[in-house]
Amino acid sequence: MTTQNMTLNLKVWRQDAPGKKGKFVSYIAKDISPDMSFLEMLDIVNADLAGQKEMPVAFDHDCREGICGMCSLVINGKPHGPDEGTTTCQLHMRRFTNGDTIWIEPWRAEAFPVVRDLVVDRSAFDSIIQAGGFVSVNTGGAPDANALPIAKEDADMAFDAATCIGCGACVAACPNASAMLFVGAKVSQLAKLPQGQAERPERALNMITQMDKEGFGACTNHYECTAACPKSIPLRVIGEMNQDYTKSLIFSGR
Amino acid sequence: MARELNSNLPEGPIEQRWDNHRFNIKLVNPANKRKYKVIVVGSGLAGASASATMAELGYQVDCFCFQDSPRRAHSIAAQGGINAAKNYQNDGDSVYRLFYDTVKGGDFRSREDNVYRLAQVSSNIIDQCVAQGVPFARDYGGHLANRSFGGAQVSRTFYARGQTGQQLLLGAYSALSRQIAKGTVNMHTRTEMLDVVVVDGHAKGIISRNLTTGEITQHSADAVVLASGGYGNVFFLSTNAMGSNVTAAFRAYKRGAAMANPCYTQIHPTCIPVSGDHQSKLTLMSESLRNDGRIWVPKKKGDTRKPSDIPESERDYYLERRYPSFGNLVPRDVASRAAKLACDEGFGVGKTGLGVYLDFGHAINRLGEDAISARYGNLFDMYHKITDENPYKTPMRIFPAVHYTMGGLWVDYNLQSNLPGLFVIGEANFSDHGANRLGASALMQGLADGYFVLPYTIGHYLADAQPGSVTTDDSAFRNAAQDTDARLDALLSVDGNKSADWYHRELGKIMWDSCGMARNNTGLKQGIESIQSLRKEFWQNVSVPGSAKEMNVALANAGRVADFLEHGELMCHDALTRAESCGGHFREEYQTDEGEAKRNDEDYCHVSAWFYEGENKTPTMEKEDLKFEYVKPSQRSYK
Repeated sequence: MTTQNMTLNLKVWRQDAPGKKGKFVSYIAKDISPDMSFLEMLDIVNADLAGQKEMPVAFDHDCREGICGMCSLVINGKPHGPDEGTTTCQLHMRRFTNGDTIWIEPWRAEAFPVVRDLVVDRSAFDSIIQAGGFVSVNTGGAPDANALPIAKEDADMAFDAATCIGCGACVAACPNASAMLFVGAKVSQLAKLPQGQAERPERALNMITQMDKEGFGACTNHYECTAACPKSIPLRVIGEMNQDYTKSLIFSGR
Repeated sequence: MARELNSNLPEGPIEQRWDNHRFNIKLVNPANKRKYKVIVVGSGLAGASASATMAELGYQVDCFCFQDSPRRAHSIAAQGGINAAKNYQNDGDSVYRLFYDTVKGGDFRSREDNVYRLAQVSSNIIDQCVAQGVPFARDYGGHLANRSFGGAQVSRTFYARGQTGQQLLLGAYSALSRQIAKGTVNMHTRTEMLDVVVVDGHAKGIISRNLTTGEITQHSADAVVLASGGYGNVFFLSTNAMGSNVTAAFRAYKRGAAMANPCYTQIHPTCIPVSGDHQSKLTLMSESLRNDGRIWVPKKKGDTRKPSDIPESERDYYLERRYPSFGNLVPRDVASRAAKLACDEGFGVGKTGLGVYLDFGHAINRLGEDAISARYGNLFDMYHKITDENPYKTPMRIFPAVHYTMGGLWVDYNLQSNLPGLFVIGEANFSDHGANRLGASALMQGLADGYFVLPYTIGHYLADAQPGSVTTDDSAFRNAAQDTDARLDALLSVDGNKSADWYHRELGKIMWDSCGMARNNTGLKQGIESIQSLRKEFWQNVSVPGSAKEMNVALANAGRVADFLEHGELMCHDALTRAESCGGHFREEYQTDEGEAKRNDEDYCHVSAWFYEGENKTPTMEKEDLKFEYVKPSQRSYK
């Protein structure tokens, strides 16, 4: 654990536009306080670049409190860096040591093309949700919220799955670039709730079909996804999704 | 431009006003709805719920967000909960009580009619969210759980661990996604609104910039809805997301929409203190923590002992001492000011002395670590990660931080601004919270506006509008697009050597010192001068490399900072003109003998609506008088 300010050697992926050739560029990050977050360290690098009238390193970020799912970055080969259950914005520099070399890359997956530098296009995740990650209920006309009791255990399990922030670390970590943990989280959340039952048979089928269409790979049980997940989404959601998927394949005749 | 502020309030007893109004406003024939196009800027709770609901009704909707997905909007970060007058706990809650608490909590500077409607529809929101599959906390019988939340003496807050905003937003996002799949909502991600287009006095479209390609696009519509959130980031350090900005609202203001009560800022009492100059944002610790945590400072000034070494007899539980009936649960403005006072007097803790303890020791002894972890586990983890201190073992250190802005674009009862065709919902408008927002009321307002108010009231405007009557062929679009290009070019051509962030940070310091938790006449006047000279320097020395025709994060940021540099000044003008203290607006010259906010209902029982008068000109103000027929203004007391 470091308490003094540090100097770090960064190797940052720079790429001007989608499809353009990218490369690692070296930067020195100076006077980095251990209390800074990883993104605040990059802010300092970017402020230096602004002083030299150079383009800042583009990276996605927004809430900086670990909930919006916008930040990404593969840090020294690990999505969201070395800490378990932590997004990049919540990774603090006290995890590093003076003089360290840090490799910073974007998510690497066919379905997440690089937009610029460390920014990737994750709209494929939105398309998967649009394929069935919802309960079809219009505004108005919902029954009283307490009309339908839900066992606490089911509600808690639905909640555990619902904490997915859609960051895409699971895909970046998977050797097959599979999105099964992301898709499973949504399928499992709605499968545990009575409100999700009416559309349950089609949901897994439609979402997985869309996932394949977007170019994500299949699951071959490496479990890297759940290890990289900043919200520690449990692996069981993939099994539950596969059950729903198999059932609907058999009964739908598709 | 219409300078008259007609709030279009309905008649009759307050319980019947919303019903009467809904009956009296015009409807659009179901078969005609598909002919109307509505633009929604923002995809948070208000924007996503409004987009989904209007699309369900049949309108064509175009929704815009600057993030890479609508699911990222900053509503997602709300932690504590959402209020609703369900009275599930049988503890005496009612629509009237929620209405009463909210008007009083807002320190009698909100509109009674709007607040009553908010309380009325609060129950529908919970029903809707549960139907969507939002996993609210439940008790062992499977029914919904509630907790009491800052300033309320009933348990009316619904929650999903410490991630209520996330779960509600994902519910609204799922409803929105369903409509996108149906083709009824056209979603524009990574797209920023840079101007409102006004044709013959009506808002009929926007100019947008694609943040990936830099492309400027003109969009026409039959009405425009701004759901672009608050402007807390004018202080640079706030609990808002890094991208949250005032640009959409401010461009509307520059096109003639009135900005109401911009000085009403909420400073949240329980945030993690600043640790150094590098800091980019502040992290909120949900106010629900005050249900079990006790706030204290050492009785001795500058006491550097570890908190565990300070005996009970040498601790000052100052909220419990000063406000025996509400204790640690006093409303946010009161708790924040009390923390500031303790630190100003030299009792603050931590390296900087800008912090007070929030102690769970007693609660852990009483309930056990597991019970506390089940209630607040994720918040404790977050605190541990950021500060490297374990709050199960040592008290948290907290300090107030900018969190929410009650001010915003002026709207009438229909949520329409003074520019016909321009509607404003959620935090972006000013309407429901007065001078101080109660905890768990922001989520309620965002979803009330989006699910249950705007979808009806917008029909009243559209019913009189010829669908598709304005297209981008109108010269107003070409002119607005040229203005946008010129502005981007101006930023790029400064060619200075300081980042926009540097100016943003400086602005934040000025705002915090002159227009922060406490304000006074001299400080505000100095603040205005300092902002003016900082703005001048910005336009001479900001560094914006690259071009406008590519993804350029420096350019996008500089544009937002430029607007904050003007908006900050407007806030100071508003704070200067309001010579009273109310809610989050504390003018040091106006306080009671006990140091509480002292309102002046005689002279300031009004909304201050500001109009843009041109570059570097002082804005002008119109008043909308507030009437209190049901909740009679009184000195708020939480003793």
